[in-house]
Amino acid sequence: MTTNYIGQPISRVDGRAKVTGQAKYAGEYNVPNLAYGVVVSSAIAKGRIAEIDASAALGLKGVLQVFTHKNAPPTAKSDQSYWDEVAVPGSPFRPFKDDKLLFSGQPIALVVAESFELARYAASLVQVEYEPEAHATDLNQQRDKAYKPKPREGVAPPPPPRGNPDKAFANSAVQIDAEYSVPAEHHNPMEPFATTVIWEADGRLTVYDKTQGTPNSHQYVCNVFGLSPDDVHLLSPYVGGGFGSGLRPKYQLFLAVMAARGLKRSVRVTLTRQQMFTIGHRPRTLQRVALGAAKDGKLEALIHEALAETSQFEEYSEPVVQWSGELYKCENVKLDHALANLDINTPVDMRAPGATWGLYALESAMDELAYKLNMDPLELRLKNYAEKDFSNNKPFSSKELKECFRQGAERFGWSKRTPEPRSMRDGGKLVGWGLATGIWETTQLPAGAKAVLTAEGKLTVGSATADIGTGTYTIMTQIAAESLGLPIEDVTFTLGDSTLPRAPVEGGSFTAASVGSAVKQVCDKIREKLVTVAKAMPKSPLANAKSEEIAFADGRMMLTSGPSRYVSIKEVMRHGGLSSIAETADSTPDFEKQSKYSIHPHSAIFAEVKVDEDLGTIDVLRVVSAIAGGRILNPKTARSQIMGGIVWGIGMALEEESVIDQKFGRFMNHNLAEYHVPVNADVQNIDVIFVEEHDSIVNPLGIKGLGEIGIVGTGAAIGNAIFHATGVRVRDLPITLDKVFAGAAAARPVKLAPAA
Amino acid sequence: MNNFSYTRATDITSAVNEASREATAKFIAGGTNLIDLMKENVARPTRLIDINRVPLNRIEETKDGGLRLGALVTNADTAYNDQVEKRYPLLSRAILSGASAQLRNMATDGGNLLQRTRCYYFYDVATPCNKREPGTGCSAIEGFNRMHAVLGTSDQCIAVHPSDMCVALAALEAVVRVTGKNGDRAIPFSDFHRLPGDTPQIDTNLEADEIITSIDLPPKGFADHHAYLKVRDRHSYAFALVSVAAALEMDGNKIKGTRLALGGVAHKPWRSKEAEELLNGKAANSDNFQAVAETVMHGAKGFGHNTFKIDLAKRAIVRALKHAAQMEAPR
Ligand SMILES: Cc1cc2nc3c(=O)[nH]c(=O)nc-3n(C[C@H](O)[C@H](O)[C@H](O)COP(=O)(O)OP(=O)(O)OC[C@H]3O[C@@H](n4cnc5c(N)ncnc54)[C@H](O)[C@@H]3O)c2cc1C
Ligand code: SF4
Repeated sequence: MTTNYIGQPISRVDGRAKVTGQAKYAGEYNVPNLAYGVVVSSAIAKGRIAEIDASAALGLKGVLQVFTHKNAPPTAKSDQSYWDEVAVPGSPFRPFKDDKLLFSGQPIALVVAESFELARYAASLVQVEYEPEAHATDLNQQRDKAYKPKPREGVAPPPPPRGNPDKAFANSAVQIDAEYSVPAEHHNPMEPFATTVIWEADGRLTVYDKTQGTPNSHQYVCNVFGLSPDDVHLLSPYVGGGFGSGLRPKYQLFLAVMAARGLKRSVRVTLTRQQMFTIGHRPRTLQRVALGAAKDGKLEALIHEALAETSQFEEYSEPVVQWSGELYKCENVKLDHALANLDINTPVDMRAPGATWGLYALESAMDELAYKLNMDPLELRLKNYAEKDFSNNKPFSSKELKECFRQGAERFGWSKRTPEPRSMRDGGKLVGWGLATGIWETTQLPAGAKAVLTAEGKLTVGSATADIGTGTYTIMTQIAAESLGLPIEDVTFTLGDSTLPRAPVEGGSFTAASVGSAVKQVCDKIREKLVTVAKAMPKSPLANAKSEEIAFADGRMMLTSGPSRYVSIKEVMRHGGLSSIAETADSTPDFEKQSKYSIHPHSAIFAEVKVDEDLGTIDVLRVVSAIAGGRILNPKTARSQIMGGIVWGIGMALEEESVIDQKFGRFMNHNLAEYHVPVNADVQNIDVIFVEEHDSIVNPLGIKGLGEIGIVGTGAAIGNAIFHATGVRVRDLPITLDKVFAGAAAARPVKLAPAA
Repeated sequence: MNNFSYTRATDITSAVNEASREATAKFIAGGTNLIDLMKENVARPTRLIDINRVPLNRIEETKDGGLRLGALVTNADTAYNDQVEKRYPLLSRAILSGASAQLRNMATDGGNLLQRTRCYYFYDVATPCNKREPGTGCSAIEGFNRMHAVLGTSDQCIAVHPSDMCVALAALEAVVRVTGKNGDRAIPFSDFHRLPGDTPQIDTNLEADEIITSIDLPPKGFADHHAYLKVRDRHSYAFALVSVAAALEMDGNKIKGTRLALGGVAHKPWRSKEAEELLNGKAANSDNFQAVAETVMHGAKGFGHNTFKIDLAKRAIVRALKHAAQMEAPR
């Protein structure tokens, strides 16, 4: 049937709008009498503002106001009012609260003027006198201040130890005990954060905000400014990339609303690329992994400890170590996650937060162990394969990881690998093959949707979710069209609007499952209505059919047993005298059913690199990633998600690092010329395999979510391939050429242990 | 960004007159560097003199058989010019290893010479920098200096000149033709850029009222034996950590003449005549190339993050010379 869209490689329904420029982003809404705000950022990391002299700026004709902590209109007093859906324990950052400086780049003034150019010029005239205090921005220097964080909602703290890990480790025949260091990274979506606040005639606000959750930003604005929900209409129909950076409201939202209310005018605030390095980041993390194994490769002890940075005012923690207890079978496990406070902004979730770092360390250590054991790294993983989640003592709802290994290895040609480091060459260059495993979480959250079917058979479905480039518009349209058997052109999905039924922020790979379930549910309600009317039609072919015996396809309703007899949906509407059918639905996950299982997508990643040992330059020639991610709604958008994750994995392995100058406590490579992400020339062959995986536990659609699993493990696979190529183990990311060639010169190639 | 006024010049004389009238005026060509610097408030010209209509956008032969690159020819048009590709492939390769296609389409040859350092601190007005604000100190010396210089540094500044094109021009011994209030000058390429010394705010020996009119390439193009090797942190769209322009004149396996210039290591494209002369009459082999590398890098000094460049540069020199020596004549 032509209206079976689920599982089809449908092109993005919003693609045309995006490539033709019709899709408008938060900073692109122009209204008459719009004023422009430009943010002045703190030059120092810690201390106080002694004096702000804005007189020169205010003296320019056309400058409307310079807001600072001294004259900012009052906003809510209590911390709670600033909490958002994704807040972490602590006191959320409040712009212009007082004269205290908590991190470099903190917003300290907003210059608002009649034109953007004028505001920018005036901002350069604002003179700030600081009273600096000594700051701490180096995690390595704060190891002795590590502490156990308060638990964060939605992030389980590491489980208590199992067995006797220290003793088991000490007694193990083969041991690996290594420290891995990963740097701070910034999300850097193409679209900078921006908010346009339109001051409506009746004083209400229409707010276009770059966000991964309109309900979240909407509630924040209402709480902070003491407004009733009806006074604020918040929209975010298109988002130019998020990756987690837009989960929590960003300070430009606060500033734009504050200024609009203060001036009773429409105001826009857009951050600069430099300021995009002041809004939170993936935290620098130091990890120790100790693995003990028997001679045959059986894991006897697994210890994984992480220390990550957070700000002085919030305890941001992410699940770095928990995966280590779930991925392998091992009786003696100790997992620990600690934080240290630094004079930086609070870190923010960034694509597969925690797992990206944790699996890098674990899967690098597993590779090191394989060499020590003289065992194929794939064999080592199969040897310790977990048939159930030993950490939580639960069965997996589904786990086709073995199949990922099998299909991935076959596609890659893993069996042709020679195990010795430095044993594979191409011309004068060293070739290396490495692999790693990935695991991520599957969550479903409550979500709402509404739908309207018109007499003409056109369907509009809406939910206040987001599409941050993931393909939400497309897959929701597919689900709705298939549910009611309508041609996809007749279905419109709307999102990013606070007046639509509430949905969670788009993150955690849970949108497809959460919102998809709500969309399915609301369409099912419309189905039921149509069935009732259709059955009552004179000579209805469906008169005696049960609901489940009726199929919807090609704009018609028919018997599954005899599709030649049908009624068209338009006929049904006409017969029922219906101008439209409108429904809403709230989907709630079956928590009870789900809680009995451990639910995860998995992956196996194989990478090939070529290293010019003389210069240290590295080519990632191939990455094969085999994914077990439940049901694939759209292989095209799904593949894009995984490819994006892999490209990011290449960047994480080789390029990305936000470098802080410890003297200034400030990220210094704060532009896209010096903060390196992969360019086309860095990306060669990427091969994505979706392994078939059926899961009846996770949700009725069988969806696990694919937004994040693609990046997890990719960095380790590349690092492991580099070791295989060169015999040099780099344990601090990114693996830049100086680490490889310097090490290559210094390090003797690692010899495999003699076969036991 | 500063407030500024805008003038469009249509010939060399009016451009120079405008410039000499206002000391804080600046020419603008492709704008790919100047506009960025203005947005970051690093450059604060009071007037922009747009020279894009000044007729300096041709590539033509000179009387002595060399090639004249008009200052306003774009980097892309230069790299893909028939004569340049055929006679000066080293230059073509150097240009194409830089920036991105979009930038090369906008960037001009004159502007490329005058692009400023990419030092992180120079770009961030919240930090001290002697090049941007003389006397405030150099943040890079004890700070983050991965991209910085290892040769010809001073205790005032350790910035590098970021251009690729200029490295090839240095090896080719191009001549920069300029016109100012006091008339025309021809500046040998090696004298065009300066070392930082005590005045790191001054990048070149060009006067404020002088406009670059052309870059002249001498007849010798080293088309038969050349190499441009750029080592960087990703495969495209990154500035050089180290780059090497190597050009040889050979007689069989014997070297008759050598040109070698380095990028990414100093405040100007770096040449060592002493090292080049080492190869005269010698055979092209690893040992001889290694000796050159050691001589070029003699006295190099690292500052922590960038110390690896000393070793890397030596390896890159040897590699580039090997490439140049083994190269077949282009068809
Ligand atoms: C992201 C990025 C990456 C880059 N990567 C590289 C790279 O890898 N390698 C590389 O070599 N370059 C690179 N570039 C730099 C690029 O090559 C330069 O920006 C460009 O060549 C400058 O030329 P323009 O015409 O745009 O100069 P403009 O920005 O217009 O001017 C630059 C300066 O030159 C002056 N000027 C221009 N023309 C004249 C003239 N005829 N006479 C006197 N003064 C003049 C201006 O007053 C100004 O001070 C990169 C740039 C960017 C933005
Ligand atoms: S190296 Fe030069 S440009 Fe960089 S901070 Fe020091 S003085 Fe400024």
